[in-house]
Formats: sequence, structure tokens, C-alpha cells
Amino acid sequence: MLVPITWLKEYTDIEEDAVAFAERMILSGSNIETVKTFGEDVMGVVIGRVLSVERHADSDHLLICRVDVGTAAGGDAIQIVTGAPNVSPGIVAPVALHGAVLPGGVKIRRGKLRGVMSEGMLCSAEELGFDDKVTPLSGKNGIWILPDEFEVGADASEALGLRETVVDFEITPNRPDCLSILGMAREAAAVFGGALRYPNAKADADGGKAASDFIKVEIARPDLCGRYVARIAEQIVVRESPWWLQRRLMFAGMRPINNIVDITNYVMLEYGHPIHAFDVRTIAGGVIIVDTAKDGETFVTLDNTVRTLSGDMLLINDREKGVGIAGVMGGLNSEIETDTETILVEAANFNSASIRRTSKALGIRSEASSRFEKGVSAELSGAAADRVCALIAETGAGRIVGGAVDNYPGKAERKPVSVRVARVNALLGTALARNEMANMLKRLEMEVAAAENVLRVIPPHVRVDLCEEVDFIEEIGRMYGYDRLGVTLHKDSVEAEQSRSWRLRELARDVLTGAGLCEIQTYSFVSPGGVDRIALPPDSDRRNFVRLINPLGEENSVMRTALLPNMLDILSGNFSRSNAAVRLFEIGNTFLNAERDALPKERISLSIGGYGSWGFFELKGVIETLLERFGIGGATFESVSDTGTYHPGRCARISIPHADAGGSEAVCRSGQPKTEAGAQPGEVGLMGEIHPDVRAAFDIGTEAWGAEIDLEYLIGRANPVRRYTPLERYPAVVRDVSLLTADEVTVGAVERIIRRTGGKLLEQVRLFDVYRGKQIPEGMKSLSFSLTYRASDRTLTDEEVAKTHEKILGAIAENTGAGLREI
Amino acid sequence: MLNKPDQLLREAKALLEKATGEADVEAVRIGFFGKKGKLTAILRSMGALSQEERKELGLRANRVKEEIESLIAEKKREISATLRSARFSAEKLDVTEPGRRPPIGNRHPITQTIGEIVRIFANMGYSVTEGPEVETVFNNFDALNAAPNHPSRDLTDTFYITKDTLLRTQTSPVQVRTLRSAAPPIKVISPGRCFRTDAPDATHSPMFHQVEGLLVDEGVSMTDLKGVLDLFAKRMFNENVVTKFRPHFFPFTEPSAEMDMSCFVCGGKGCRVCGGSGWIEILGCGMVHPNVLRVGGVDAERYTGFAFGMGVERIAMLKHGVGDIRLFYENDIRFIRQFG
Repeated sequence: MLVPITWLKEYTDIEEDAVAFAERMILSGSNIETVKTFGEDVMGVVIGRVLSVERHADSDHLLICRVDVGTAAGGDAIQIVTGAPNVSPGIVAPVALHGAVLPGGVKIRRGKLRGVMSEGMLCSAEELGFDDKVTPLSGKNGIWILPDEFEVGADASEALGLRETVVDFEITPNRPDCLSILGMAREAAAVFGGALRYPNAKADADGGKAASDFIKVEIARPDLCGRYVARIAEQIVVRESPWWLQRRLMFAGMRPINNIVDITNYVMLEYGHPIHAFDVRTIAGGVIIVDTAKDGETFVTLDNTVRTLSGDMLLINDREKGVGIAGVMGGLNSEIETDTETILVEAANFNSASIRRTSKALGIRSEASSRFEKGVSAELSGAAADRVCALIAETGAGRIVGGAVDNYPGKAERKPVSVRVARVNALLGTALARNEMANMLKRLEMEVAAAENVLRVIPPHVRVDLCEEVDFIEEIGRMYGYDRLGVTLHKDSVEAEQSRSWRLRELARDVLTGAGLCEIQTYSFVSPGGVDRIALPPDSDRRNFVRLINPLGEENSVMRTALLPNMLDILSGNFSRSNAAVRLFEIGNTFLNAERDALPKERISLSIGGYGSWGFFELKGVIETLLERFGIGGATFESVSDTGTYHPGRCARISIPHADAGGSEAVCRSGQPKTEAGAQPGEVGLMGEIHPDVRAAFDIGTEAWGAEIDLEYLIGRANPVRRYTPLERYPAVVRDVSLLTADEVTVGAVERIIRRTGGKLLEQVRLFDVYRGKQIPEGMKSLSFSLTYRASDRTLTDEEVAKTHEKILGAIAENTGAGLREI
Repeated sequence: MLNKPDQLLREAKALLEKATGEADVEAVRIGFFGKKGKLTAILRSMGALSQEERKELGLRANRVKEEIESLIAEKKREISATLRSARFSAEKLDVTEPGRRPPIGNRHPITQTIGEIVRIFANMGYSVTEGPEVETVFNNFDALNAAPNHPSRDLTDTFYITKDTLLRTQTSPVQVRTLRSAAPPIKVISPGRCFRTDAPDATHSPMFHQVEGLLVDEGVSMTDLKGVLDLFAKRMFNENVVTKFRPHFFPFTEPSAEMDMSCFVCGGKGCRVCGGSGWIEILGCGMVHPNVLRVGGVDAERYTGFAFGMGVERIAMLKHGVGDIRLFYENDIRFIRQFG
């Protein structure tokens, strides 16, 4: 809301300078976006009248003008060369003389233009600091043609009042009353303690005809139109508005059009109440009927656009046709024309929700509709209509017809609200006396009656936001000043405890970052194509998306069912930027469709991805470490070749021992096709090298590794509390062994045999080498293990160790055919 | 004969003087004290002397022996010191070579900022509670006292899943969930993702994070709200920042306020970070609206409370000097690593 300070000062006294004014208004709740000063640096600009215009001999667009600038340039008319196409003899315009300074410090000097001397410059409104949006259309693409009311030669800065401070207030949606100069004056008066002066809204005529002789009003939908005030003005002369009025509109951000339109806009800005004016001769039957439109009815609005209306839109009709879309935009058929003689001034109150729906459906957002949407007090309609009439009379725009047609079905009694003194102090943490509170409210034009420990308050009718006790407590709080409230800490005995899920996610982050991975965060909404790109099978339940009705685009149109596609996108982005050795993880929710009406199932997932000096076993090691830190033992990694997402020979399904309790947890969570056996008990996810085709689909030009793990399941199963085991006191015996086995024999299988056979004495098995090549026959490999034997109660003898070791080797040979390899 | 030891001493001194390595010294030792050593020879030859001469020679020889031994030991120390010092020179490192760093990763800057905010409030007794990203219209708007025709409910502002469910536009619905599931005293903090239909640009992201706070108990007043949030600003930025509370409007709080903080960079003098004003808008807050308490099943006469909410990206951007919000979601490793 743009508020020119000189306009505001008409209604209340403000002594503070702009800085102090802004500061105190902000602290009282009227936040300020900007404070802009106009015309401060303008110098040497005078009012001039163009006497004659001639073509420039050497130019097809330059004109040579003789301009009367009174005594400003020594008494003679001066010669100015201009390119403005709208210049003509007789017009009045601002003239920057030699030596003048324009906004922004632009200096004007005399000089020759194509050989012809120009003693100054004819100015446009923009050159004097106004925005193109607010300048009169007569000056479009040219010089500013001023009203004919100025003395030639006068200082333009003085005459036009170019010096102004305009404050742009940020008006919160609960304060539609502040979308007006008077509303802001009410705030300022309350803050600075000045009186509030209302403008002259007396516009009565003695005798003669009355408004009701011209017009009748019927409200067919009192639920949508709570009040309709109509006044009449005749002998209208449509012309330019007086400068003082134009000036205020321009500084307040509106373009002057003509006196009637300007006056309705002026009153809208002044009171915050939208006004519409109809040409009475176009109102058939002399009747205004406020009713909803017929479904599909077409109507041409002021902007010469055909609108198709629906049955819930409120329309202003006469006996035959629609003449205006209520509160949104008038009709072309009833517009004020230059020959309009009699006008109907409409100040009506329309239902805010209805106006909002209509304005949205039609895509029209006017100054009027935006005010009605937020709520306008019906009590204001009478005064606003009167004020329009007073201005019409005052500016000589026409003659006022006495009386008003005022249909007010929505009149409501304003009941006082009880505000308990103790409650105010309890909520604000203050110790204010009843009278202090009452005075603060009275400053805001509230009627306050005090009784015992209670104030009974009736707010001004424009304050549609004040309904219950707490609303008045806020008013007292902001009038007192939040800055004056104390600073305390509430005393309680509440202790903080973070949830298990939160703590374990933090643990996962600690482990993963400690393992050298960086965390990423990606959008929860994704492209549905991501699951195709990771080649999920057509029947995967991860294709059953939670969809947005109104996504920003296809690429953000569904909630993610897996984190891996985003992970691969981010790997791709990093690869394209030549970032080397990237290892990442993300912890976030996946969304699976639930039963109708229920919210989707949100499940915490973990994705890991990386490329560059990394590999399957580095990734596996990270996952093993995570499981270990979560206290989850016995995880298995089982080769899977049919995922589509991963390299068929380099993919593992990760499972952990199945928990019997709450068996329903044991569903297939990886999103991979269910095997014949059905759900995999204890399965927590998949890991592996990303399939070359999938990599290609993501434009990752190097081997990449990835995993997606059901972190929520791990959180449920985690047991990170450690128990101490006594440190061993007797020495260990370490035996290394190299085995020659067929390629198909897995390390896992050999390890299981070793553990099973080794029994109590075998403390640890560690694979330290896998070798194929020289000295190893085709189709075979050499596996080297380091076996640690130890007893907790004695030093083992060589015989004991040898016995167990032989037993192990025997078992391996028997079960896998592997033999000892001579090194 | 009696002068022989002194003669040998002079001889040994001269030899040791010339010795440069441990072997030279050892040769001297053997040359004098070995089986065929010169001093050994003197002692052996003493049998032919008179008792007095023997006594005298014995004394002299022993004195010389001790002296030579000590000279040898000294020379050995000297040589060993020289050798060590040569070794140290040879082993000298160029300490300006770069260190070899362990490959440690780090959290995303948004996670870090949330972690820091949570830690500050956890220290003041707030527990973390979380809500779903897909919410009901009721929890996100109705229960928070938003007017039925409030513009933020529009399809142009809010992502919808169905007419009754949406992507939450704020973390405030967690207030509703908490009030319904717990009895006062309630003291929670709730970080999480939020969504609004803003096309991404330098200062907008359709997905962003907020942290919501809620305290409901008997006797909670607005001065308590100021106290907690002032403390938060000091802990989060620095001890010197001061806070300012301005009246504002939120449907779910009354009175409502916005908290500004004196610029932590320039201290309020005005700089690029604060846009020259000396103040930075940091969060929205207020006393929980009685309607919200009622919908949550809390006796609004007996209990009062405050709520606050802050944008995590904004705080992270301010604190770390990040100029473009999109960087958080591009996840360029070079960006993420800067927060390690």
C-alpha cells in the first residue's frame, strides 16, 4: 500500500521525520517495504507554455518549439528542440532550463541539436521521477502535458509538489482496513497520539429530485451483497481532474484517467472502499438488480473482453441485461463516456469469498476485487458514496442529487467483546492497569467501557479482524510495544528426549560420513520416468505413485518411491562437472500409496552411490560397517542377477536375520520383483554396480556403484548398545592358508565351512587374497585366508591348533573339492 | 721406562685427535689396551722392575689408562653425535608438502543447520517430533485457523495430492498432531521438508525446510517467547546479536510477531548481508491461537503457549554466505565439501 506522507498528514498530525515515523510504525505492526523520496534533487524546472512548433529542417522527427517560461529565463520565450511527438502549440509542460537538475542528478545544458540551439528540455513525467505506470496517457511517449491551471514560469517543483515521501506499507491479510490512507492514518494517529480527522463527506442537495427518483435497487442475493448504496450526480462534465487529485493518485500508484474515474479511485484509496460509476442512461428500467449470472451468460467487461460467466458469479443487472460484474469489473455497456450526463455512484458490499471465486475464475484481479476479497466493512459504504459526491461537487465535475438509495440487508449489530485485564497481563507478561489498556484501545478508535476487571470493547467497524478477546490482547500488545515486553524463560520440568529414529539416523550419518561419504538432499517429488531409467520391472509396486494434482512440471509430478534415481541424477551431474571420486548418500522418505483416504506410507530410506576409485567391495564394506554400528549381526549378501538396475554379476541382495516378532515387517522392501518363493524375509535392500544400460540412461560415463537400503527397517532392528567382552589374556595362533578352488565356489561358502568346522577355538577368519592367473589353472582361483585360533583359558598347543586346522581343510576339500595350494 | 706411560698418553691423544670414525677409535683402543696393546705390554713388562719402580710404574700406567679410556669414550660420543646429526639431515622432510587426509565425508549443509538448531533447543529441553511430508488439508490449514478462502490454499500456492491431502506448506501441522497426541506441558521442536509452488530461482525453491517450535504449559507468556528466541539467536549466530520483535500476522498465533536480529556480520551498522538495514528478518512467532489449542483438544483457558517457525535454507544461506538456494539441491560435491 503506497502512502504519500502529505496525503496521510491531511488526516492526522505527524511531527516525526521519515526515519522516526517509519521506525515507530514498523514497531507497532505496520511493516514497511520501502520509503521512497521523490523530487528532492530536482532544480531549475519551470512551468512552460508552448507557443509555436516548427519542423527541424535537418531532421524528420525533431521539432523546434518556442516556449514561454515567464520571467524564468530573463523574460523572453526560449527555443527548445524536442523529439516528443505529442507537443503542440498551447500546451503546458514542465521545462528544464539550462543548468537544471533532474532526478538522479541528471544535469541539463543548452546545446545544439542538428545545428539548432536548444535552451533546455521539455520534460516527460518519467524524466521527473514518475513510474511509467502512473503517468497520464496524454504524455505517453512524449512530454508531460500538464493541466491548464499553473502560472507560466513558476518553479515546477513547487507548483506540482514534486517533493514527496511515499511509504510502501506491507499490509497483512488480516488488515484490509489498512489498504486505505484513512486506515493508515488511524494507525498513525494511534501510534503518535494525534487526532484523526475525517475528510468532508457532506454532499446533500436541497430540494429538487432525489436519488430514488432515478434508481431502484433490488438485492436478490442478500447473502452475497450485504449492502448497496446508490447515489446520483447529474450535469456531469467529464474532463481532466484537478492537479492536486492527479498528483495524489500518481504518488499512490494509480494513473489519472478522467475526473469521474479518478474520484472513484481516489475514494477507494482514501476509504479502502471500492466504488463504481455507471452511466444512468444505460441502466434500463432505472433498476439495479443484484443477482447471480445465468450459467454460460456472456458479458463484455470495461477492457472490451468477452467473459463467460457461471451461475455462482454475482452480476449487477438492470431490467434487461448485466451492467457490471459485482466488485470485479464494470461493463463496457454502462461505461462513463465523454458525453455522460448523469451517473450512478455505486458503493456496495459484496461477499469476499464470492468475489474471490469470481475474480479467480475469470482471471481478473482488479483494485476493487482485491479489496473485496480481503473484506470491506459494509458500514463504510454510505460514507464512501457520500465522499464521492462531495468530491464531484467540490471539483465541479457535476451536481449532486439529494439522498441515497441504501439497501442494507446485511446490517449487523456490533456487540462489545469482553477483555479480561488479568488475561491480557498473563498472556503478554505485563502488569498493565485497566486504564492503561483502555487508553491504548481508545487510541485505535475503539469504544471501551470498563467494568470490574473487564473491558467491554467495540472496535471501529472497519476493523473486521477484531472478533475475540485475544485479538484485543494483540492490539494492546502492539500499542504497548513488543520491544517493551520483558525477556524471560518459562520455568518447567520438561526434559528433552530425541526419538530413537532421530538418533539412529544421526548415527547412520556419523557412520557414513566417517566412511568418507558426503550427504546429499534431493527433492521429494520426482519424475515418474525415474523408475524406468533404473529399469524397475513393469509390475513393481514402486510404480504405484502418489501423484500431485498441480506439479510444477512432469519432472516433479510424483512423490518418490525410491531414492536411487535421484542419487544417479546427482552422480550424473557431478560426473558432467568432472568431479573426481564421488561417494554420496541420502537419507529421506519414500512414499507409497496407501488405502483410499489415508495418507501415503512414508518410509525412511537410504541410498548410497559413487564412482571413481571405488568398487563393489568398498561399497559393501560401507554397508557392513553401518550394520555393525547398528548392532545388526549376521547379515548376508546373496548374488542376484535379474534386477535390471544392477550389473547381473555384481549385485547383492542384503538380508539380515529375520525377526519373528511382528512378522508383517518381512515384506519385500527392495521394490525388486518378488521371487517365486515370495517375499524375502529380512531383506533390507540391494547393492551393486549400476547396470551399464542404467548408467547410460543417466549419462554417467564411468562405472558407478549404488545401493538402496530400507533404513526404517534397520532402525527398527538396530541395537547399538555395546556389551563388553573381556580382553583375551592368552596368545593367539595365526595360520594362513591358500586354497585352490573352482571359480564357482564362493568365498561365503568356504567361510561358512571354516566357521562351522573351526568351532570354539577359531576366533577369526579373514580373506586376504584372491588370485587368478599365472600358476593357477583356467577356471580355478586361489583364496588365501588367515585363521586365528585362540582359547580364552589357556595357551593353545601346536598340536591342538594343527588338529583343528587339519579338520577345517578336510571339510573344505570334502565340501568344495578345494585343495591346499603350495606357495 | 717410567716415562713410557706419559709418552703413550701423548701418542694416544694424537691418534684420537686424528680419528674420524668409530673404527679409528676402536683401533686406538685395541692398539693400547688389546692383548698386543702398547699399554698392556708395559704392564706385562713390569715383572723385571724393582718393587718401587713397579709400584711407581703401576700407578702411572693406571692413571694413563683411565685417561685414555675417558678420551676414547669422549671421542666416541663426539663421533656418534656427528653421525646422528648427519642422519637427521638426511631424513629431513619438506614440512610444507600437503598432509595426507583421511577420507572423511560430511553432512549436507541443510542437515547441519537443522542439527545446530535442534541442538540449541534440545539443550533448552525441547524434544524432536516429526510429521509427514504429505499432510491433510485439515492439519495444514483448517486446524491452524486459516480462513477457508485464504489464498495460500490455492492450487497456485500449494501442491495437492487429492482435495483433502497436500504437500505440507509449513511444519506447523506438526503443532496440530502434537497437541492432539500429547498433554501439556508440551515442548517440541520439529524440523522437516515443506513445499510451495514456487518455481526455483536464486531465492525460491519448491521444496525447503522449516523448523517449528511449540511450547504449551500453564502460565506461558509472550515474555517467555522473547526469552527463548533471543537466546536462540545468540546461540545460533553470536552472543552480541540483539533481537527485535515486530507485530505481524499468522492465522495460528495471536499475538503474532516477526523476529529481526541485528546483523551478525556488521553488528547493525549496515552491510551487504543485511541489505544495509543492520537488521535481518529471522523467523515468525507468536502465542498459540486459542482456536488452535481448542482444535488440539487443549483447554485454552488453562494453558497458553507459543509457537515459532523458521526457514532453514534462509538461516543456512545467511550463516554461510550462500547466495543461491538452488545450490543446496544441485548437490555438487564441491559445494557439499565446503561444509566439511
